[in-house]
Amino acid sequence: MKILVPISQVPDTTAKISFTDNDTELNAAGVTFIINPYDEWYALVRALELKEAGKAEKVTLIHVGPAANEATIRKGLAIGADDAVRIDGDGDSSFVASNIADYAKNNAYDLILLGKETISFNSAATGGLIAGDLDWDYIPLATKLEVDGNSIKLEQDADGGVTEISAALPLVVSAAKGMAEQRIPNMRGIMAARTKPLQVVAPVASDSSIKVVSFQPSAGRQACVMISEDNVEELVELLHTKARVI
Amino acid sequence: MSIVVYIEPHKGKVKKASLEAVSYAANIAQQTGTSVTAVTFNIPQDCISDIGNAGADKILNVEGDIYSNTSSIKTIANAVTDVVKAEQATVIVFPFDGSGQAVAPYVAAKEKAGIIAGASEFPKINGDTLEIKKNVYSGKASAVYAINSSVKVISVLPNSVPLANVGKTPEVAAFQPSKTVSSSVKLDNFKINDDVAHGGVPIPDAELVVSGGRGLKGPENWGLVEDLAHVLGAATACSRPVADSDWRPHHEHVGQTGLAIRPNLYIAIGISGAIQHLAGVNGSKTIVVINNDPEAPFFKSADYGIVGDAFKIVPKLTEALKNFKAKQ
Repeated sequence: MKILVPISQVPDTTAKISFTDNDTELNAAGVTFIINPYDEWYALVRALELKEAGKAEKVTLIHVGPAANEATIRKGLAIGADDAVRIDGDGDSSFVASNIADYAKNNAYDLILLGKETISFNSAATGGLIAGDLDWDYIPLATKLEVDGNSIKLEQDADGGVTEISAALPLVVSAAKGMAEQRIPNMRGIMAARTKPLQVVAPVASDSSIKVVSFQPSAGRQACVMISEDNVEELVELLHTKARVI
Repeated sequence: MSIVVYIEPHKGKVKKASLEAVSYAANIAQQTGTSVTAVTFNIPQDCISDIGNAGADKILNVEGDIYSNTSSIKTIANAVTDVVKAEQATVIVFPFDGSGQAVAPYVAAKEKAGIIAGASEFPKINGDTLEIKKNVYSGKASAVYAINSSVKVISVLPNSVPLANVGKTPEVAAFQPSKTVSSSVKLDNFKINDDVAHGGVPIPDAELVVSGGRGLKGPENWGLVEDLAHVLGAATACSRPVADSDWRPHHEHVGQTGLAIRPNLYIAIGISGAIQHLAGVNGSKTIVVINNDPEAPFFKSADYGIVGDAFKIVPKLTEALKNFKAKQ
């Protein structure tokens, strides 16, 4: 069983977000880029745990993006993935997904495991797009994933409870919090990552039908109204009459 | 030609997020002179007026037990795709919620459609191009995208657009998909969370949320949060350190790497307001922060703040809300 883990590159969780080029591009000055945390902490780490438990033979990272993103891919190799593929292109989520689907199909992967969404675009679309392209089933928002041969057991948080699901490979699964814990790469992993295979593949043709018109940083809130700790009744009054939320 | 909108099957009810998606579809239909066809699964008779009220002209109801008992996105998406073909739809609208969030991209792939997930405002239409606004960078920014594929898939962020109230009486017809696509995916069991079993509200659906952080010092003090939530009829949530130290289950973690929520009221107790936490709650309409540190960054992103000892303030606030509720 081979696992393919798609990873996105995103600004660090603490990054201040601003824009350039008439507000059509992220201002990358001073921004540290990382692997999308949902892809790294939950999907990649769970894939590695499955390999360590003898349930998977191989864990491959796949990333769609320019050569400049290879440092981010190497970080995923340092955490423990066996090898990596970079599709040398860029486009909307449909472009990214169709390229990942194409690679998975041609290289006989059984499980595609990715984060539930990116913290940059928050679209939660890539997993469903890949599954639709491959005509596989798709299980989103998994918090637990067990593999036994061809059989999969999963849990999903939904509707104020936990849904237990069983399924058979091949599958696309998106990972949410709970599936695994973040791993910090050690020195040995970082050294090994330098020589692990990172294959560059030309993209398959696919049109992007989505273009950015403009980005805008979110407006902040009005100044906070401070209330004395001895006067909580005032807060209740304000929530009722001014904010009108109770 | 019509706009097709997906109604999430949900325990014999229609969630507000699905009705908002119908209103979104109706807005596009009105701008383009087309009509709205809602695709439903085993819809109960008493839900039809709500769907019409939100703006649907027609309902195509897919029948069959398989659709009520499946967790297979593939099975559902194939049925939706058949409706899209039958209706020659050029725009397909979903709620960005529950199964809609997952079925939308699946259908987009099948239809070779561009997709905008999480639209936060009604679109601007210029000929064949739709301009759509959505939140990006976990609420730190918004973006306007232009989408020009011949078929377009849009999912609508819950609690973002007004519900229409047009009182239409939709024509209802049974719809038979060309084939039932079987799947290996089986729903084995559903375990309801203790708090929800005892009448609590699931966090993503909650209009009021009370949340606790490290400032509460330990799980033994969680009653403070629960008592306040109980008086309000609110859901309880927590910050990442609280979930990671297992004071509370992971599904209660709100923040950039947990759950993103947009309630009407978010009360944060003993949470400093790190940028990662704010990314999960900055869509809340009103934010109240209670913290003993006047320098806590959360006060800069809050509407109302109280500086002081949560162990004294929260019981007083709970009491004040009890008195307020008693007078209502």
